[in-house]
Amino acid sequence: MFRHILRRLLLAIPTLIVVITIIFVIVRVIPGDPARARLGDQASEEAVEQLQEELGLNQSIWEQYIDYMIGLAQGDLGTSLVNRAPAWDQIQTVLPHTIELTIVSIILALLLGIPTGVITALKRNTWIDYTGRILSLAGLSAPAFYIGILLIYVFAARLGWLPAIGAGDFSDPVDNLRSLVLPAITLGLVETAYVARMSRSVMLNVLSDDYVRTARAKGLTERTVLLKHALRAGLVPIVSLVGLFTIGLIGSSVLTEEVFARPGLGSLMVGATGQRDYTLLQAIMVVYALIIVFINIIVDLIYTMVDPRVRNA
Amino acid sequence: MAETPAALAGGLTAPANPRSPIKLVSQRQRAWRTFSRNRSALVGLVLIVLIVLVAIFAPLLAPFDPVEQSTINRLQEPSSTHPLGRDDFGRDVLSRILYGTRVALTVGVLSVLLGGALGTTIGIVAGYFGGKIESVLMRLVDVLLSFPDLITGLLVMAVLGSGQVKLIIAIGLTVAPRFARIAYGPTLALKEKEFVEAARALGQRSRVILSRHILPNIGGELLVLGSLWTASAIRLEASLSFIGLGVPPPTPTWGQMIRDGTRYLAEFPLLSLAPGAALLITVFAFNLVGDGLRDVLDPRSSK
Repeated sequence: MFRHILRRLLLAIPTLIVVITIIFVIVRVIPGDPARARLGDQASEEAVEQLQEELGLNQSIWEQYIDYMIGLAQGDLGTSLVNRAPAWDQIQTVLPHTIELTIVSIILALLLGIPTGVITALKRNTWIDYTGRILSLAGLSAPAFYIGILLIYVFAARLGWLPAIGAGDFSDPVDNLRSLVLPAITLGLVETAYVARMSRSVMLNVLSDDYVRTARAKGLTERTVLLKHALRAGLVPIVSLVGLFTIGLIGSSVLTEEVFARPGLGSLMVGATGQRDYTLLQAIMVVYALIIVFINIIVDLIYTMVDPRVRNA
Repeated sequence: MAETPAALAGGLTAPANPRSPIKLVSQRQRAWRTFSRNRSALVGLVLIVLIVLVAIFAPLLAPFDPVEQSTINRLQEPSSTHPLGRDDFGRDVLSRILYGTRVALTVGVLSVLLGGALGTTIGIVAGYFGGKIESVLMRLVDVLLSFPDLITGLLVMAVLGSGQVKLIIAIGLTVAPRFARIAYGPTLALKEKEFVEAARALGQRSRVILSRHILPNIGGELLVLGSLWTASAIRLEASLSFIGLGVPPPTPTWGQMIRDGTRYLAEFPLLSLAPGAALLITVFAFNLVGDGLRDVLDPRSSK
């Protein structure tokens, strides 16, 4: 097991280098000079040169790339163009909010989505199935910010039960939790739609398998067939797909943070874009890449644990 | 499809009698039948037709000019002349929603056409030629695929700047790797098939083989993907506009209307909720059709 983990980690390194290089090309090479872009056309030549000098942007693009990669290897994510401080400082303060939001909404989505998917698969082509399917397709169609606005309107603006914006005070658990409810439901509902749809199709596949028919033919109760045979086999693909959707969730988390004016990696990214802070943007993208690669490894490991065929291979 | 015994027999022996009760059904007709029997897909198709008509005839349908401001009449409740009220610049909300259909559809359809063409080309070229081209292209595709669509779109918009054409490029680039992935797999299988080998033996050029023999055989999958991704592209356009990276004002777009409306959510909820509903219905319609098309291609997936 340990060797397996180590191998996965080592395999991730070349992928990361490719990803980071692509990000570098998009953010640093395509827009031309980030210092000029940041300061605008009216800025004096001296001001631009000074900023370039300060951030090492006056070197050739290859030198910059090599410097950047060496820095990254030592844990340096670069310096923000706007406040000239290490990018990691800003990322570090908002990251816990994003992680908190994401984890709670995934749990919510699994609790709502898997049962919905399993039930609609079992009641296939009944009104329960149709309702479930239409609702989950509607959930897929609704952008996160729209769900967020509906929730804010009902629960914050009309009923006044919960705060509409902000993330509350992290040191005050009640305050923090109250601010988490609506964003987590928003993000959770988007994810629920995905989980419900794929659980349904996974279960439909499993239920048509031969061994399920065999189990039924042996006279096992429907309950046993379902819980012991079908659901267990269905769990493996569900786990891997949940990992995939967790990555997709990152996109919706950006919108959720934006709607609720909540501090987080997503709103930091939107802010950096608005201010043309390319170096901060680059740092955030690298953090996203790390998170994505990390999730992939976790999914792979869970997969190994759930499926004995992979474990013993 | 319920087949009568006669139809089954017809499959074995060619109908001798020209007036035989066996109807020959073309593949296309059969596909249309499966599709049209799917009620929700038909609803989606009807909705799309209506939405397209709204986009085309927006100037005739809209009761007011969507960009004309009237600051003395700002923020008005719905009335008989302004069924959805007026926004914070005194503009008619209904007219703005109707015109917003144009940006949504233009960006949604064109970005998928662009991304679809680019991605499909990458996918079939990588699959057909193999070797170094394959490993480089597909590696790149996989890396791009690992990023959520919104993040890729946001990054490209951040670099390009705002505007409708840039939006189409940004979303097109987001969509392209998805098409490349889908086109790649079947191409691998198809290039080993006899008819492709025959074409090669006849000395047909690769370009002809790819466009005449490979492409038509993956057309179905691409159509499903195109429909589903048009839904996503419209959602992406609205999301980027919501963030402030879309088509700049004064052109009305749903995402921007939703964003601007949030400032007055408590008193004038329709400013956000009404364009949001239009967006939801449009995305939903394309998703319904995409789902229906998938059922046509793979009957096992649904029933």
